Amino acid sequence: MGKVIDIFKARWVGSVLDSHENYGDETILVKREDLFFILQFAKEDLDLHFDLLMDVCGVDYLGQTPRFEVVYHLYSVSKNHRIRIKVRVPEEDCWVPSCVSLWRAADWFERETWDMVGIRFEGHPNLKRVLLFEEFQGHPLRKDYPINKRQKIPEPLEQP
Amino acid sequence: MKTTGDLKTKPMYLNIGPNHPAMHGTLRVLVEIDGETIVSSIAEMGYLHRGFEKHCEHGTYTQVIPYTDRLNYISPLMNNVGFCMAVEKLIGCEIPERVQTIRLIICELSRITDHLVCIGTNVVDIGALTNFWYYFNAREKIYDFIEKICGARLTTNYTRIGGLMRDFHSGAAPELRAIMKEVFRATKEVRTLLEKNKIFIDRTAGVAPFTGEEAKDLGFTGPCLRAAGVPYDVRKAQPYMGYETYDFDIPIGESGDTYDRFLVRFEEINQSCRLIEQALDRLKPGPIMTNDRRVALPPKSEVYTNIEALMNHFKLIFEGVRPPPGEVYSATEAANGELGFYIVSDGSTNPYRVKCRPPCFPLYAAYPLMINGGMIADAIAVLGSINIIAGELDR
Repeated sequence: MGKVIDIFKARWVGSVLDSHENYGDETILVKREDLFFILQFAKEDLDLHFDLLMDVCGVDYLGQTPRFEVVYHLYSVSKNHRIRIKVRVPEEDCWVPSCVSLWRAADWFERETWDMVGIRFEGHPNLKRVLLFEEFQGHPLRKDYPINKRQKIPEPLEQP
Repeated sequence: MKTTGDLKTKPMYLNIGPNHPAMHGTLRVLVEIDGETIVSSIAEMGYLHRGFEKHCEHGTYTQVIPYTDRLNYISPLMNNVGFCMAVEKLIGCEIPERVQTIRLIICELSRITDHLVCIGTNVVDIGALTNFWYYFNAREKIYDFIEKICGARLTTNYTRIGGLMRDFHSGAAPELRAIMKEVFRATKEVRTLLEKNKIFIDRTAGVAPFTGEEAKDLGFTGPCLRAAGVPYDVRKAQPYMGYETYDFDIPIGESGDTYDRFLVRFEEINQSCRLIEQALDRLKPGPIMTNDRRVALPPKSEVYTNIEALMNHFKLIFEGVRPPPGEVYSATEAANGELGFYIVSDGSTNPYRVKCRPPCFPLYAAYPLMINGGMIADAIAVLGSINIIAGELDR
């Protein structure tokens, strides 16, 4: 092990901004512009072959710039290795490319990230809230959303 | 007679759930039907969303453990173990042998209860009530045991970071062996009733099949992925808690249909029984908490006699466990697939971010794909076979 990040670093010179292997989890931080191509590379490269998208989530680092981070956890069944790919997203320009075209599993994971943290996934076919209701204001997993804030549940729609 | 060719037709919309007994909790699916055939469908969730991840950020690490009971409430012990393992990975503390073995036993017990409930309720949905009683009798025995070890049937809260809440009671091992016999017998009876049953096969074989490639693309893990022929199990691929030292098999299916999902679960129950038998043989007396003072309370004799231990005790009680800054993803094989916890720590006593990767989230996302083109009755059979637990899905 320990070779997965080296493959990324060798192929994507300049795009991999940072990497670590703390706690045995191989992690790379990449540039947003190249994120989609790096994910595509991760899936299609024969030595990497990450065929399972395990998780997509967003983290809000309030007070840092760029503020948000989107975290992808990938796993390869055939090679039995994992990678965590992270990308930083600024608050005023809060989007990352969608990877639904690579793994269909990304569909709802990305919707959840949009719902909870408020990061837009450009190119997503149906970017709607998934856990909360459509009329919900704000994104609850942002650090500036108070934990005890309550919102009124809207009146049910008239049946047609 | 006139044919419908001259008549105007329009699609009919049917709302199944959220308050429908067959929708296992609080799931809703809006289907467009043509006769009895589902043309298209939209699945909705979120009716049981309680803000698990937000709550985690506002409590200490130990306070998160009771919340994990409420994720997958069919197998809560497994969620306790999954979360504690993630925090232990972050802290890097050694776990005593006995704790590992007990954790393995309770994980496999939860896997059994999960599969018993899944199969039991699923066959009720498709009209076979007898099996349900066979399985729920066995499950009741396991729940009695779980009640004895931690005082609750569902809200177990049994593990602690670095160990367990308490040890097994005396006589737990023979009791468990008797329960395993019971489970084994129940599985045998139910399999005899179902496996070669023409009606059952007609209802389940070829319903919502998946190839291995499709299943991986959709992010399936656990029995649903293995039913499609992909032998991925975290216990074998990236072993934890000493699974690599046990002798057990990973059953896989061929066609990934509802029938195969049943068979995989049947066999996993037997394999879990095997694992528990082996673990009971290895169960040696020993401590049930690590010695690591960063997470474990010092013994009372030290607290009363020396100031470091006293401060240590107060720090742990008043502030809580304090992992180093960093991020960690820990995956365990839950009954329904890979249960992952992604924890970001900023070095304080509260987790900065906890993300739970519930195994049934991608399964439910793929549910519309599974039922489109099938009958309404099939949709119910499929929903039971993928075993959606709303508590874990909605968090």
